[in-house]
Amino acid sequence: MPVISYREAVRQALDEEMARDENVFIMGEEVGEYNGAYKVTQGLLDKYGPERVRDTPITEEGFAGIGIGAAMVGMRPVVEFMTFNFAFMAIDQIINNAAKMRHMSGGQIALPIVFRGPNGPAEYLSSQHSQACQTFYVHCPGLQVVAPSTPYDAKGLLKTAIRGNNPVIFLEAELMYSWQGEVPTEEYLIPFGQAAVRREGNDVTLIGYGKPMKLVENAAALLAEEGVEAEVIDLRSLRPLDEQAVYRSVRKTNRCVIVDESWPVCSVASYVGWLVSKNCFDVLDAPVECVTSEDVPMPYNHALELAVQPSVEKIVSAARRVLYKE
Amino acid sequence: MPTQKNDTAGGYQRQGSLEIDADLMVRLLRQMVLIRRFEEASAQMYGLRKIGGFCHLYIGQEAVAVGAIATLDLTKDYVLTAYRDHGHALACGMDPGVCMAELYGKITGCSRGKGGSMHLFDVAHHMYGGNGIVGGHIPVATGVGLKIRMKKEDGVVLCFFGDGAIHQGAFHESLNLAKVWKLPVVYICENNQYGMGTDYRRVSAVHDLSLHGVSYNIPGKQVDGMNVLAVYAAVHEAVARARQESEPTLLEAKTYRYKGHSMSDPGKYRTKEEVEEYRRQDPILILQRHMLEQRVGDEKLFNAIDEDVKQIVRDAITFAEQSPAPGLETIYEDIYA
Repeated sequence: MPVISYREAVRQALDEEMARDENVFIMGEEVGEYNGAYKVTQGLLDKYGPERVRDTPITEEGFAGIGIGAAMVGMRPVVEFMTFNFAFMAIDQIINNAAKMRHMSGGQIALPIVFRGPNGPAEYLSSQHSQACQTFYVHCPGLQVVAPSTPYDAKGLLKTAIRGNNPVIFLEAELMYSWQGEVPTEEYLIPFGQAAVRREGNDVTLIGYGKPMKLVENAAALLAEEGVEAEVIDLRSLRPLDEQAVYRSVRKTNRCVIVDESWPVCSVASYVGWLVSKNCFDVLDAPVECVTSEDVPMPYNHALELAVQPSVEKIVSAARRVLYKE
Repeated sequence: MPTQKNDTAGGYQRQGSLEIDADLMVRLLRQMVLIRRFEEASAQMYGLRKIGGFCHLYIGQEAVAVGAIATLDLTKDYVLTAYRDHGHALACGMDPGVCMAELYGKITGCSRGKGGSMHLFDVAHHMYGGNGIVGGHIPVATGVGLKIRMKKEDGVVLCFFGDGAIHQGAFHESLNLAKVWKLPVVYICENNQYGMGTDYRRVSAVHDLSLHGVSYNIPGKQVDGMNVLAVYAAVHEAVARARQESEPTLLEAKTYRYKGHSMSDPGKYRTKEEVEEYRRQDPILILQRHMLEQRVGDEKLFNAIDEDVKQIVRDAITFAEQSPAPGLETIYEDIYA
């Protein structure tokens, strides 16, 4: 099976879906002539032309809303945000229009639109350019939110997102674009709402999604060296959420650690923690632990910014705590 | 208020080279009277607590939606507006019963009782809301224009919004892109002179709002929004430019709302005299006077239209009253496709 980068996997999904359906088009800042701020859309302008790979001015609210309008009448726009930090300029469009249009029209309208781009902490960028924004979207009914952690998932989930009939928030990460992984040449789609078991184990369940999955898997490997077999669940899709996959695992291991690079207050981690506490209460041998970002804006200094985020050590330590080894 | 000079000849109203015949005048009058009576009934039903929440009446502004939408072919053209939307929905052809049922929050309403007064949608008639965030729908309307352009259709989009929306970034971002991408959108600012309780002159750097097109190289024009024929003529011209040249236009329709911003607003920021002055320039009376002068209508016709319309509104209320409320099981419906 070919090994390709996360960036290439996203690009392949865009390319294949644009070839498949002429209503699919891309718009955003630097997506065309510049070939993408992170080169995700490289070559697509040459292949599909400026009508379908549409450079925009720096007007996130404007082009997000224009995408919504086009989707409302049958187009399938893929709107790229240079990062989700800038999507806050467009959040009224996403929350008040994309997520609500079907509802407030009594089901008359479908909105097949994808908002994609890098999300979460990067490096040396301080607090406006380096933050995990998913919670704002996961919070909102009417949206679907996915956060693939591998090139394979990125391609399969993006193709599903583009073919679907709902607004999708598709979360990538600057630091993931060069990650490598196996991606088959034949076509495949990954349905939303299906978590993946990355590693099987009976001692503790480690749950994560997106970029921190690498930390989670490394933590599981370290735990194995000390005789702890962790089961690793990658949520992949945050809304809809595969609750049953979480419960199946926790009912087997009786212990649960959730890893989330966003802030802890009202986060995916705290929500999944509540679900586990409520629905697996009888089988839990320890309180649920969460490993999240510290509850602070991201500092610029590298040592500080690393200290703020989840780490392998923090995950291992949390796993030891729910096993009463620490 | 600027008034447009109109040449008249025979039984016709001439607006430049545009001929407006007697049938069209009757149709415009009938729609304006329907909206007026519908809104009066809405106010009554609001008073009886049959309708709740924010309810923004269109009384006084009827000529704008009616004159503008009459220029369209809604099999290929589109309309989007803000939350003062009853008039636009009716002018697009929404069934008055379905409209009133939505105000009542009934399952038979256009949005199954989930949208209410501010969120009227009628996709069959290409009426895409009914949008509650000031200025938020302007990019959306622009996106409908983008679809028309990309699919090489010959439709146009009318995007209505108030004077309060024109300072939002969403408006300026939209006009810029509409010009850059050559989108067939006619932006119609309904300047009723008050953004809620704020006189637009207090918060607008320029008082001729049609000048906002200049920054984007988009033609801007003021039009007498109390004169339905003037609105029709101006929008007709802008629609033709959008359809034939795929060029956007900005129109500022100078108008006035007789009621408060919403039903909960007593409108104390305006004098009684000011409101009375505008009532004397009522868009329905202006058209009726003109039809009398042109001998294409008389009191008998006007009364017949009014009686007919009153019955339609009574039927709409009966339909809304007798319609069932949505079941609780519908709460989780209409969220995902």
